Amino acid sequence: MSDITCAFVIQRPPYKSETSTLGFTHAISYQVVEMLLEDGQNVIPTVCMLGEGILNLIKDQKAMENYGVTSIESHGKNGLLVDLDILVCKEDLDGFGISEDRLLDAEEMGADKKLQIVPYAEIQKVMESSNHLLFF
Amino acid sequence: MGILTIGCFSSLVGSKSLDFTLKLANAAVDKGHKVNIWLSGNATVLGKNHQKHLKDYSTGEKPVMALLEKGVEVCECEACALARGITKPDAIPGIQWNAMHWYLAKIYSSDRVLHIGGE
Repeated sequence: MSDITCAFVIQRPPYKSETSTLGFTHAISYQVVEMLLEDGQNVIPTVCMLGEGILNLIKDQKAMENYGVTSIESHGKNGLLVDLDILVCKEDLDGFGISEDRLLDAEEMGADKKLQIVPYAEIQKVMESSNHLLFF
Repeated sequence: MGILTIGCFSSLVGSKSLDFTLKLANAAVDKGHKVNIWLSGNATVLGKNHQKHLKDYSTGEKPVMALLEKGVEVCECEACALARGITKPDAIPGIQWNAMHWYLAKIYSSDRVLHIGGE
């Protein structure tokens, strides 16, 4: 019995397509994968936000009001609530001029996890050490 | 022999990624490998029955039925399918319906995973 690790690399911007939403929802589904596995088997996901993908993390999205769909912000919050590690590329945040206080958190939902803003080198290490890479 | 799991998110029409997925799966299974295919997003259109093969458009019904006969497991995201108006009575027999954890569970036991994005 052992764990396998998956890096969910989200690079697509929000709402232009459903790609980034599917990245989050697939990662979050690790919560119930044990139903289809044997005791002791686990899938350990890490979400890596890169490039335009970081735009998915902007807080106070108004997707329901404007598009009639659940915001990707809520998916990000749910990810934190279920203890997903969500790594955010610092260089890309700097490149877009986005400060940390403009990013979502799920504190009001009771999440212990927070977004982890890290240099790209840290994300590279995660991708290199993961069993599988899933690009969204 | 190995286990290959392919996750495909591309539409049947408007992209050749799904055609590639089916051909790759067929080649792999013919070499004796076990193959799983997960369909999500626009790729769930593949699961619709009674596809008409117009020459200008790709069709996946016959190839996917051949793969099912060879033991390939094909599963589509139920929510993604329903959102596109595809219900179980409309589905190709033999295709499984499940949620995203099916894909992760197949990944767990796979030797290789090929994740083909939707754009």
